[in-house]
Order: sequence, then structure tokens, then C-alpha cells
Amino acid sequence: MISLTHFLILGAVLFCISMAGIFLNRKNVIIILMSIELMLLAVNLNFIAFSHYLGDTAGQVFVFFILTVAAAEAAIGLAILVVVFRNRRTINVSELDSLKG
Amino acid sequence: MNLELAIFYFFAAMLVGAATLVVTIRNPVHAALFLVLAFFASAGVWLLLEAEFLAVTLVLVYVGAVMVLFLFVVMMLDINLVPLKEGFARYLPVGALVALVLIVEIALAVGPERFGLEMYTDPVARDADYSNTKELGRVLYTTYVYPFEIAAVILVVAIIAAIAITLREKRQTKYVQPEQQVSVTRKGRVRMVNMPAEKKKK
Repeated sequence: MISLTHFLILGAVLFCISMAGIFLNRKNVIIILMSIELMLLAVNLNFIAFSHYLGDTAGQVFVFFILTVAAAEAAIGLAILVVVFRNRRTINVSELDSLKG
Repeated sequence: MNLELAIFYFFAAMLVGAATLVVTIRNPVHAALFLVLAFFASAGVWLLLEAEFLAVTLVLVYVGAVMVLFLFVVMMLDINLVPLKEGFARYLPVGALVALVLIVEIALAVGPERFGLEMYTDPVARDADYSNTKELGRVLYTTYVYPFEIAAVILVVAIIAAIAITLREKRQTKYVQPEQQVSVTRKGRVRMVNMPAEKKKK
């Protein structure tokens, strides 16, 4: 039988892979956005696993809202990315320093 | 090892492998395609957890819409890949170390002694005529109807924002300023000229 631990550890592995992805691809905004999507997926997996094992539908409703917000975030993030590329001809994070941060 | 566990390990291996390739592969287009594979594997895991509606939604919304958007953007941008990958080897030890430490810590926290089958027994499988969609819809349109409306508003705001951000103003378009147009009077447009009538020459 599959226990809750299986799903939680799978979610943890997925989260850590995407976190390492942000570490490794510090220059590439596209891969960073994809890593954020993977992180949200890991969180959703935890929500659904708890919802299943506790017999409560609220977890699935939360996943529904997270999917909504993640879709909105991806759309706006990619729109910003397109505008940045149009103005600066690059998506390299280390060259996007006009705010002198 | 029963069939359910075998299916779980199959999808989990696919998910972890695809996720690893997403963050390590060179080409962003291939990374987006492996992210699609990761979403498919994740939908399989969600089906094991009897979240059928969300599994289908994940495939429809993410694979069908969000990842297509990602692919469009990746292919539209003419990016030079070489400088984007620099620092990959330099940060590989740090990233791998942090990820491994975090995995070990979380695994210790969620180990079988706390979340095993003795603490959380596997619920009995639902009947064949049980509808996950109906159950989800029942709470979504009653208890969570206000957050549901807010989610709809967020989506509208996202659409408007994405269009407004990327809209390119066409400078060559000729148009009339409306405030000048409505303030036009007869005086400014028509001029009465007093001139003698001319005679036809014979």
C-alpha cells in the first residue's frame, strides 16, 4: 500500500529539484519561471495527498485556486519577459541591472 | 509489491527524471517539453490520489494552455544560449548540496513514523459511481463561492495586464483627438468671404 510518506517525499524531492534549478540557472529567466511552476506542482501534490488521506475536499479546492493563480502568474511573467526582451535584447538576469539593485 | 505501488513508482520516477532534465538541459525548448512530461506524470500521481478532476484540469490547463504559452515565448525570443549557461558548473555543487540537505531534512520530518500507514490509513477506495467533479463542485459553489469569484477576477486582471504590458503602440496611426473634435465650433471651420461676383468673359 502507498502511504502518505511516499507522496510527501515525492513532493519534497520535486521541490528540491526545482530549488536547485533556480540555483543552477541563475542567468536564464525562462528556466527560473519553469522552476517556479515545478515548485507549485510539488506544493499541489502535498495538498492533494493530505486531502486524500484526511478525507477532506478542501485541499483539492486549494489546489484549484493555486492552479488559477499560477496560470495568471505565468501569463504576466511571460508578458514581462517579452517586453524586457523587446527593450533590452537579452533575458540574462545579470544584465537586467538598470534599477541598480 | 502490489500494482498500485508499482504504478506510483513508475509515475514518480518519470516525474523526478523529467524535473531533473528541465533544470539541467541546455535548450529551453527541450526544457519546456520535459516540463510537459512532468505535468503528465504528475497528473498520473493525482489520479492515484483519486483527484480525477484536478488531474484532467492539470493536463488541459497546464499542458494545453500554459506550456503552449511557454513554448511560444521561448521560440519567439531569439536568445543566445551561451551566456545563459555560464555559472552552471560553478553553482552545481552548491545547488546539489542544498537540495540534498533539504531533501534529507524533509524526509526525516515526514518519515513513516509520523505519516506512515499506522498514523494515516489508506482510505477505502470510492465506489465506481462516485464523482470527484460533483463533490468538488458542491463545495466550490457553496462554501468557497466567494474565493471562486475572486479567482475569476484574478484571471481577468491577468488577461488585461498581459495584453496591456505587451501591447505595442502604433505610432503611424492617424487619429483625431476626441476632445478637440467635440470642441469644434462653426467659427473655427467656416469663413465667410465677401467678394464681388465675376462676370463671364465674352
